[in-house]
Amino acid sequence: MNRRHLFAAAAASLALFAATGAHAQQTVKIGLILPMSGPFASTGRQIEGMAKLYMAQHGNMVAGKKIELIVKDDTGTADVTKRIAQELVVNEKVSVLAGFGLTPLALATAPIATQAKVPTIVMAAATSIITEQSPYIVRTGFTLPQVTAPLAEWAPKNGIKKVVTLVSDYGPGHDAEKAFKETFAKGGGQVLAELRVPMANPEFAPFLQRARDAKPDALFVFVPSGVGSAVMKQFAERELAKDGIRLIVTGDVLDDDILNGMGDTALGVVSSHHYSAAHNSPENKALVEAFKKSNNMRPNFHGVGGYDGMHLIYQALKKTNGDADGTKLLEAMKGQSWTSPRGPVSIDPETRDIVQNVFIRKVEKVNGELYNVEFATIEKVKDPVKAAKK
Amino acid sequence: MLTILFDGFAYGMILFVLACGLSVTLGLMNFINLAHGAFAMAGGYLTVVLMNRFGVSFFLCIPAGFLVSAALGVVLERTLYVRLYARSHLDQVLFSIGLVFMAVSAIDYFMGAQQQLITLPPSLQGRVSLFGIQVGIYRLFVIAICLVLAVALQLILSRTRFGSQLRAAVDDARVARGLGINVSLIFTVTFAFGSGLAGLGGVLGAEILGMDPTFPLKFMIYFLVVISVGGATTLTGPLLASILLGIADVAGKYYVPTVGSFIIYTIMVVVLILRPQGLFGRANAR
Amino acid sequence: MFALLSYFRPDTATAAGTLLAPVRWRPLEILFWLVAASLLWLAPSKVLLLNEIAILALFVLSLDLILGYAGIVSLGHGAFLGVGAYAAGLLGKHGFTDPVMGLLIAGAAAGLLGFVTSFLVLRGTDLTKLMVTLGVALILRELANKFGNITGGADGLTGVVMGPVLGLFEFDIFGKTAYGYSLTVLFILFYVARRLVNSPYGLMLRAIKGNSLRTGAMGVPTNHRLVTIYTIAAVYAGIAGALLAQTSQFVSLDVLDFHRSADALLILVLGGSGQLWGAVIGSIAFKIMYDYLAAITPQYWQFWLGLVLVLIVLFGKGGILGFVNSSREWLAHRLGKGAAK
Repeated sequence: MNRRHLFAAAAASLALFAATGAHAQQTVKIGLILPMSGPFASTGRQIEGMAKLYMAQHGNMVAGKKIELIVKDDTGTADVTKRIAQELVVNEKVSVLAGFGLTPLALATAPIATQAKVPTIVMAAATSIITEQSPYIVRTGFTLPQVTAPLAEWAPKNGIKKVVTLVSDYGPGHDAEKAFKETFAKGGGQVLAELRVPMANPEFAPFLQRARDAKPDALFVFVPSGVGSAVMKQFAERELAKDGIRLIVTGDVLDDDILNGMGDTALGVVSSHHYSAAHNSPENKALVEAFKKSNNMRPNFHGVGGYDGMHLIYQALKKTNGDADGTKLLEAMKGQSWTSPRGPVSIDPETRDIVQNVFIRKVEKVNGELYNVEFATIEKVKDPVKAAKK
Repeated sequence: MLTILFDGFAYGMILFVLACGLSVTLGLMNFINLAHGAFAMAGGYLTVVLMNRFGVSFFLCIPAGFLVSAALGVVLERTLYVRLYARSHLDQVLFSIGLVFMAVSAIDYFMGAQQQLITLPPSLQGRVSLFGIQVGIYRLFVIAICLVLAVALQLILSRTRFGSQLRAAVDDARVARGLGINVSLIFTVTFAFGSGLAGLGGVLGAEILGMDPTFPLKFMIYFLVVISVGGATTLTGPLLASILLGIADVAGKYYVPTVGSFIIYTIMVVVLILRPQGLFGRANAR
Repeated sequence: MFALLSYFRPDTATAAGTLLAPVRWRPLEILFWLVAASLLWLAPSKVLLLNEIAILALFVLSLDLILGYAGIVSLGHGAFLGVGAYAAGLLGKHGFTDPVMGLLIAGAAAGLLGFVTSFLVLRGTDLTKLMVTLGVALILRELANKFGNITGGADGLTGVVMGPVLGLFEFDIFGKTAYGYSLTVLFILFYVARRLVNSPYGLMLRAIKGNSLRTGAMGVPTNHRLVTIYTIAAVYAGIAGALLAQTSQFVSLDVLDFHRSADALLILVLGGSGQLWGAVIGSIAFKIMYDYLAAITPQYWQFWLGLVLVLIVLFGKGGILGFVNSSREWLAHRLGKGAAK
């Protein structure tokens, strides 16, 4: 009991401290913690580029406060991420933490968000459980079940009754596998085999061979974006399509960042995701144009999470009239809705997850480049895992 | 069954093509060059740039990758590596890791952090039927190159004057020098050759493994596993070890997927416990 | 300044001096610990980083025990760090929240693994040892991923609860308790290690490192000695892992990553192996360098770090400490004096 008291007192004094710190200044600091080096650097680069682009487009003054962005490299390790988050809160007195490329990094930081009452915006990490770890976590990226379930709904309606699933053997992979299986079964589909691929694995031959042996109508794949191209290439090389096996994937596999390099092997592959650089809206066209100009690459789904994350912070600050108190900002973020380059989105006030449209897309050639062209929309999708818990 | 065997064999060959250059620098010159992957990356990125920006044919990239990496090897050997031959293995590790860090950041700076992919010429795409099983043409192509390489390397080492000079220079540089062998020239040539092979591995691996800036770190473990299991003192050792590891890995993941990720490491540990010098290494190796 | 630095070096004028000098605490060493402790109050904004440095230093110190004093190279020392971290994390998650108890149990768990695996590193060349230790660490990593229901898998182990240290000091968000706790543990274990390496046992280890065949012929049970030190080093690394888990109250799979082991090796060589201070100085230099570079250029700090490593190898033998010592000697020589007595 003593401990709990102490803890509460510490948290309260800290919150007070954080609040006074923020009040005293005319600057609102945002700590952006991203993987800027190592295997997930491209995620960090996308989000950083987008956050800076948003600030360039919308100015750095909101409701009379100057916005300052502090970018830190988390090196992809959880303890470093947590330490950086702590330092940003304690030393820099940031009002908002943002970024987080991988699930464990977000989970490690969750206690800091709660303790310091700092709104923490998860822009990329996609495991469902993250927002449940702290009432101060808000997500502007996506959850894997959220983008997987619509595909599992679409498949049985389009002649796919038997599927083999292939996912990377880690948290998000398990999430995707489970979400696909459950939704697919509801639509009358049958999962013949569930394959899990080790994370460090350049060779997919044995898994693709197993998939072929099971003779499914389609192979469902989720792997993180860098690994996706290897699956695509080997799927094409083994000519599984000639055995009547279709390839359906989550959009991670067909990451806009590298899609064009995959070549014609990717043509016709069906995927589901919440964002495509080919999304047909004036907001998106302007964004793609601007991002190509400033960063010389196509925006991808992680990037748009960063863009919307910044937008959410700006909107919340406007609503509080520049009051950067953590709890007030958080309340202002809940229930926000706006038209993002990916389509209409909103923040679910209960789960603090993003509610968004999910699209079924097909890879096609547009002006000589490969794009995921959307052909069906499932509107206002919530994270199905949390919806099922109610 | 046969398909699995072939896939494993092909996978092993990719491992070999990446690792054989290392067996030259590490095995023959006794230099722990962890920057091996960086030379492979040089070859890989050269291919990416040549093919995607300048539309050069993939077949031309193969020798280009070898030559450019070899040239890079010469420059670095003359300026930096040559100072480290006499130093401890730990110094060599520290030095070459430093080079890897620099290479990773430099590529990131110039080429971006995202993965780079190439598209093979149509003649290498698709599959053919061979002995009743379907095999990928590109895999056959890689296997053919590897076998030619392995034979050629073995011949150079054991049959040519250069080969015996090299072995002499490695065994005892002072005596070799006394016999009038130009040891530093031999080392430069050998190092360049090893780097060139790494570059070649990068070109051939770019299609299957993809190129990103962390390539040298990501695949370093694989190179080292092959070399240590095969034994560093010969070339046939790593070749056979690659095949063994490739087949075991693919077959293991096919038949017992739950333990798939352990197989390659377990084999390595078991082999090294039973035969510390590697499967095919000489027992009296350094 | 260089005269001061000489206090890091043993006095080697006489045979008795050679044996006794390293045992005595030098003023600079005492000063170091005083400064380290005072930073708790002097640099409150840096204690989080300092905590990380202290833990890293302990980890590297444990590697120095086997590499610097017994000549066993390892690329898998992270295995013990990971086992310690998971042991401490799981204890905290399941209600055993006393940090010191957790530290001891985690150390014991890692020590057990160290004892079992020590028999694998007695034979073979450097390369063999590197690869066997690496293999063990990678297998452990895969195991931790496979048993995700226990370890949290790739999502990491959440819900680690830590009670106050000794029932008095609650872990706070500023990291003061964390740093004080880690620094104390580091100091105690450094003290023990210092006694150990300067004992006859420590000298014996160095003899084995020099020539194990000859020491064996002298009647020293070589393998027995090596097993002991390997186990001790594993305990040290396990405790470092436990500190990491307890102060961050989270354990993720990356504690078992290859780069942890590789970093430790780099830092040790950077600081200078075979001298306990090398591990501490190396860790400080490495982390401060990283922190400084990453603040300037979060994307490309690795390049500059790599450059520093290359330059250190090319121009400074024996790491930072070696560099300091040789430049001190050079300076002394230039000034026409003998080496500092």
